[in-house]
Amino acid sequence: MKTGTTDLAWRIGGPQGSGIDRITTLFSRTCASLGQQVFCRREYHSNIKGRHSYCDVSVGPSALSSHAEYPQMLVTFEPESLCRHLDSVTDQGYLICSADDHDENLESLGYLDTRILQERLQQLEQAGLPLTAGGLIEMAQIRGVHAFAVPYKSFLSSLSDELGLTRKHVSPVINTLAVAISTSLLGVSRESLEYALEKSFPGQDDVLRMNREAIGIAYAYVQSNFSPIELQLRQYPESREQVLLLNATQSVALGKLAAGLGFQSYYPISPASDESFFLEAHERVPLVNGEESGPVLFQTEDEIAAIAMASGAALTGARSATATSGPGFSLMTEGLGWAGMNEVPLVVTLYQRGGPSTGMPTRTDQGDLLSAIHGGHGEYPRIVMASGDVESCFYDAAQAFDYAERYQLPVIHLLDKALTSTLQTVPPFDIQRLCIDRGMRYEADHEAKNPVQRFALTDSGISPRPLLGQPGGQHWLTGVEHTEEGLVTEDPVMREKMMEKRARKLLQAAQDIPANEKWQLYGDREATLTIITWGSNKGAVLEALAMLEEEGIRARAIQLRLLWPFPAKELEAILSTAAPLIAVECNCSGQMQSLIKSQTGRACEHLILKYSGRPISGESLYSALKQIYGGRADARIVLRNPDE
Amino acid sequence: MAAERPNTLLTARDFQSTQINDWCAGCGDHGILRGLEKALALLGCSPDEVAVFGGIGCSGKTPYYLNSYGVHTLHGRLVPYAMGAKLANPDLTVIAVGGDGDGLSIGAGHFVNAGRRNLDMTYILFNNGVYGLTKGQASPTLRQGEQIKTMPRPNIQANVNPVLLALTSGYTWVGRGYAYDVKSLAKLIAEAIRHPGIACLDVLQPCPVYNNLHTMEWYNDRIYSLQSEGQDPVISNPADEEGNREKRTQAMARAQEWGDRIPVGIFLQDLTQPQFLDQIADRQPQYLNNPPAIQAVSDDTGKPLREMRQLFAELEV
Repeated sequence: MKTGTTDLAWRIGGPQGSGIDRITTLFSRTCASLGQQVFCRREYHSNIKGRHSYCDVSVGPSALSSHAEYPQMLVTFEPESLCRHLDSVTDQGYLICSADDHDENLESLGYLDTRILQERLQQLEQAGLPLTAGGLIEMAQIRGVHAFAVPYKSFLSSLSDELGLTRKHVSPVINTLAVAISTSLLGVSRESLEYALEKSFPGQDDVLRMNREAIGIAYAYVQSNFSPIELQLRQYPESREQVLLLNATQSVALGKLAAGLGFQSYYPISPASDESFFLEAHERVPLVNGEESGPVLFQTEDEIAAIAMASGAALTGARSATATSGPGFSLMTEGLGWAGMNEVPLVVTLYQRGGPSTGMPTRTDQGDLLSAIHGGHGEYPRIVMASGDVESCFYDAAQAFDYAERYQLPVIHLLDKALTSTLQTVPPFDIQRLCIDRGMRYEADHEAKNPVQRFALTDSGISPRPLLGQPGGQHWLTGVEHTEEGLVTEDPVMREKMMEKRARKLLQAAQDIPANEKWQLYGDREATLTIITWGSNKGAVLEALAMLEEEGIRARAIQLRLLWPFPAKELEAILSTAAPLIAVECNCSGQMQSLIKSQTGRACEHLILKYSGRPISGESLYSALKQIYGGRADARIVLRNPDE
Repeated sequence: MAAERPNTLLTARDFQSTQINDWCAGCGDHGILRGLEKALALLGCSPDEVAVFGGIGCSGKTPYYLNSYGVHTLHGRLVPYAMGAKLANPDLTVIAVGGDGDGLSIGAGHFVNAGRRNLDMTYILFNNGVYGLTKGQASPTLRQGEQIKTMPRPNIQANVNPVLLALTSGYTWVGRGYAYDVKSLAKLIAEAIRHPGIACLDVLQPCPVYNNLHTMEWYNDRIYSLQSEGQDPVISNPADEEGNREKRTQAMARAQEWGDRIPVGIFLQDLTQPQFLDQIADRQPQYLNNPPAIQAVSDDTGKPLREMRQLFAELEV
């Protein structure tokens, strides 16, 4: 997989509750309908209405894997976005802003962080400009940014007159007006935008009518008031094959459904709940034979109950999962141990967010790696895997159940907030690639004596699994150390045997799972400059690799998919030829790097980290790698961007 | 819900496991275990359709001593484990057995929320006022000011009333039994299991080792039967709003009786509430015929059986 070049880096900002997310989907769909590939990242506060949110959309002819930190076009309709983002717009870039709040004083912006306000005021004072939205625009114009001031208020008034609706009723379409101004400037046909609109709001005639009207006003205004701009969005009709536009929570949900998810319990938490909500909306799934099946989705009283219920369901034979984020996972650790002790095939989908404690619920982080591997008391086998992009989330989510049922243990599927708010075009999923494995089941033998030896000692450690409710399969389960029959024992010899039996399953998994499911290698295979990463950073790494390649700098990257059991043996050869070895991850302490060291003995020469709660971009990673390549870099590099 | 099959060949003995029981002599747990065995036999259950979930503590060991599927879960968490199994396999007869500390302290959140779902299962609360396995601390049913012999100081925390809590949490069958009256207890357990919804049975039981206040003699002097005093707990006509309100109020009033007279029997049985399994089936018509436990997910070659095209189409550009 190679990452492509970007035709357009576009950003829209506005208060939460003003439909930034929805309108970005509309814009992304419009671009995708032109045959363009889209990579969109969303940043938002833990707040319902009012605080700032924004979306970056990168658009290009071939697959994109990272966001741009410096947009060429910034679309706004209120002044807070100017304060936060105008500095990031590229020189000679484009700004769409409101003509109505030109004189608005920046100090009146209640939700703006003090640090940002102080920085802007200082910049304006130094430049001798007024401390207003207009001042900021003027400052940007000085460095070549083209500003297009839009009279939103008068647009909304004419809309309200035209449609016979109140101002309040039409005001939500302010974001449609903004986007339509931008697409018009970018040379996108009105029909393309309207096509995406219809796809986004099928059958919602009132919404469609109001938005179509808004689009008309915007296009007419651009036609008669603005001269054409250089930046034009191209069409790629030849590549207009069918693609999906989705984020990681949807991709995971679809993977689970395809794999036969029978039960999922969850407690509401950001950013994990979107997945369960999507599943609940799609709980009736047709079967190939025309019948129907589907998972039971259950909202519990807390995460403790969520993992307990999912385990209870798994015991009956259902493919069972729960999905959560950091604080919820902490609550689940006792239940995770029960699942480990009772050899329950259970999938825990863990969407990492900024911690510790409540941390930053809506910002990304990769601080839960070691907690996923080691969290909880006592020792028991588990598998920890991490997806690197939206597309692989589908296949990984499906395969997590195969691992869980084959080795009869909990599987933790790690994702991060960056993936959940990455909206991306991906090729259609190939369901034929899935090969479902239900693991070893107990066959009831009515001659055999009961009780069933649920925990029969075997060479592989895997015992044939009876189900609750299976005739002739009565058995005991317990979180207490137990005999093969599942009865309490404190006998030291049986204790050793059971600890070893459970541990053997993980050895078996390490042996069975093929290397290409453990990690992937990208870039120049023979290069020595070696990046190692996991999770959503994969995208930035691929983009940085492509940028280095363009300059003739040879580099390769390892993306770890299986974090536990750690693929130490398979990595030995490649790590021995890595010079330098560079770890890239989104946390403060370098958890993956310390895992590599503890499991292989190999230390990374450089550690590139980001822990501001925002994802790493290809361009920032590229700059850090260039420093390393030039021999000018510290061992520890922290990627920072105060304007994200 | 298991239907009553009086001609079944199974007896209480068929529900006994061969495990050595390590409960203390004279413990009320024995009475509850006997009651359970009798109730399962009375209902004509088969051991391979019954799953018993235990919590932590002496009561949590109950599943080992029964011939059925037995699941010994975590402290306070027995109900969510049990509910997960029931939701995935609605054909199972699911019984949760846990202590007063388990259900009213560490698992109180689950106790309350279980009442919000009228799922057809039974929760038997072993209520002896004491944490036995950790050697005699106050449980949440021990009253303020009481001091059992192991406690260094009198209890300064107030008690939780499990019957009142169950009534206000929405359990649609709420009863109380007494562990030393096995005959009546077995009938109550059978009623609770037979009830087509979420049932909570509080069982008063002496702990002869630690609880020197609430002994067999103490209970024997105080216990009386609600039903023998003519209390009709059944709500079956949704239209009779006033009558039903009256019955609920009466149940709550009886639940607060304690001291010289302690009621046992059925406080309330509300048959007018929607059943949770039906609510799922309303959303997913295939649910009861093809519940998650038995859903086939792949063909012989491992290919998925679900047709995903429609779902993918929703996300196409």
